[in-house]
Amino acid sequence: MARTISFKEAINEALDQEMTRDPSVIVMGEDSIGGTGSPGEDDAWGGPMGVTKGLYGKHGNQIMDTPLSESAYVGAAIGAAACGMRPVAELMFIDFMGVCFDQIYNQAAKFKYMFGGKAETPVVIRTMVGAGINAAAQHSQMLTAIFTHIPGLKVVCPSNPYDAKGLLIQSIRDNDPVIFCEHKSLYGVEGEVSEESYVIPFAEANVMRDGGDATIVAYGMMVGKAMDAAKTLAKEGVECDVIDLRTLSPIDMETVLESVENTGRLVVVDEANPRCSIATDVSAQVAQQAFKSLKAQIEMVTAPHTPVPFTTTLEDLYIPSAEQVADAVRKTFN
Amino acid sequence: MNENMFPLSRDELLQVYQTMRTIREFEERVHVEFSRGDIPGFVHLYAGEEASAAGIMTHLRQDDHIASTHRGHGHCIAKGVDVKGMMAEIFGKKSGVCGGKGGSMHIADLDKGMMGANGILGAGAPLACGAALAAKYRDNGDIAISFVGDGASNQGTFLESLNLASIWNLPVVFVVENNGYAESTSVDWAVACDSYVDRASGFGMPGVTVDGTDFFAVYEAAGEIIRRAREGGGPSLLECKMIRFFGHFEGDAQTYRASGEVDDIRANRDCLKSFSKTVTASGVLSQADLEACDTDVLSLIEDAVSTAKAAELPTEADLLTDVYVNY
Repeated sequence: MARTISFKEAINEALDQEMTRDPSVIVMGEDSIGGTGSPGEDDAWGGPMGVTKGLYGKHGNQIMDTPLSESAYVGAAIGAAACGMRPVAELMFIDFMGVCFDQIYNQAAKFKYMFGGKAETPVVIRTMVGAGINAAAQHSQMLTAIFTHIPGLKVVCPSNPYDAKGLLIQSIRDNDPVIFCEHKSLYGVEGEVSEESYVIPFAEANVMRDGGDATIVAYGMMVGKAMDAAKTLAKEGVECDVIDLRTLSPIDMETVLESVENTGRLVVVDEANPRCSIATDVSAQVAQQAFKSLKAQIEMVTAPHTPVPFTTTLEDLYIPSAEQVADAVRKTFN
Repeated sequence: MNENMFPLSRDELLQVYQTMRTIREFEERVHVEFSRGDIPGFVHLYAGEEASAAGIMTHLRQDDHIASTHRGHGHCIAKGVDVKGMMAEIFGKKSGVCGGKGGSMHIADLDKGMMGANGILGAGAPLACGAALAAKYRDNGDIAISFVGDGASNQGTFLESLNLASIWNLPVVFVVENNGYAESTSVDWAVACDSYVDRASGFGMPGVTVDGTDFFAVYEAAGEIIRRAREGGGPSLLECKMIRFFGHFEGDAQTYRASGEVDDIRANRDCLKSFSKTVTASGVLSQADLEACDTDVLSLIEDAVSTAKAAELPTEADLLTDVYVNY
């Protein structure tokens, strides 16, 4: 039965249900419980944003706090995965990947191939992405493309509570390492989510809106901006397809190509910096595979090529806006 | 026959000799084949260090896990990875243990508890912690071994893993195979403490230093700390002081070593010679026993090399398999 819960609650519910279903699912991270060894109360934090709050009370032996040693505990999650566990390691911010990147891109990503197919590494790394809470340059990045570049990793970035739950359950059951990107500005967003456990398969983009005049492709928080832009444009008589990629690796290009072949116009929206991004990747694939369908040049709406600024006025300018998306669509009609 | 003064039976001692001899012959032969240009890529040889692998692995069960280093052939052989499959892998053949996709630096066999040689120094330490975490969670008495060299003992991954293992009380043993050189750099210069025992104590765990060229010393020290780990006593650090017969990698001119150093260690500090001398002097094993074993090993290695050379290379169809996302 569906009811309205937040993105954050949807993540918590997915973890709770999977930990119940499968005792090999273990959760670890800095302050995932919070307060371990401290004199105050147990489950003091439940994760940096309270996402895992309450799991300790229900699954005390399946969740653990870690020291501030990302290489060690992310690597331990990967090693445990190679030995048959299904660990979910939480890395507070994707920006911290720098300190444990080797374990992810040289170890987890490569085991299966390097070992001739004789290894499975079912590990999920949950991590916060994106800007919008004045977290500044080292806690706000959208580094998705760094991980999509690497063979062996799967990269997921949901845009709403329903997808967050279904994609996280799929990620935990998947036998490959998954970088599960949770946008920090979406944690409070509410939506209808089934109480029952369910999965959303990878590489199935979600057509959020079926318009026919132009195609807007987005993921994560940018899906909401794309939808806002589409509503504005509808008032001007332009009906847009809005496609939420949901998973970035693997990626559902078929849905994108099908839409562009129909509309002839493409705007790709990405909160990441502009070069070597999901936006450039989708644009390149469309240019390569559907060039003859295009009626206008492809437009990209991205953050500028700068670090993420701290103060609100600058951060607001940094994050792509619905108005920028609408302008980009208008440009394809010029 | 004299009474057996050793902690191992005659058959077990013969098995130890066979393991050490197999590693030695494997590495000496890879050295020759590499110099002929028949082996592609990077190769790092374990010859001279056999007592460490054999002394530790003799205590392990198949379900115990090890995370190895770039110098991993000896660990693989001692953990029971198929020698012919290893040789084929080093030659890049489809019949190799990794189908020719891993090579010398990535030989792995998880069914044997071998989590991989590793091209990234120190990267195996967190992985071994993960294997130990899985064992602890399942409460099955299995343990994990993390091998690093003296060079990788300075990696953050290794130091973080010592701390993690200690606070989580993991059944893991960290083995520092100290052969005196981090690639070309002296351990005396590169490690900022006098003793690895001190480093272990800084992370709240016992540390032991042994003569890594003495099989029986390694066997005894490893036995104690492995037993401790199995019984829930937590992690330990074992430093094996040892020597490297060859360079850091094949092709290393080794100009950083003292003149005559390699000749001296081969003549006077060869762990295989000292093991042979000890067991034959006691009378538990005869020279003829060892020679029979030598014959078997030489035959195995010859077979491994000739089979590997004759084996088929992977084809284009193999390029795109065994990877999770394939565009």
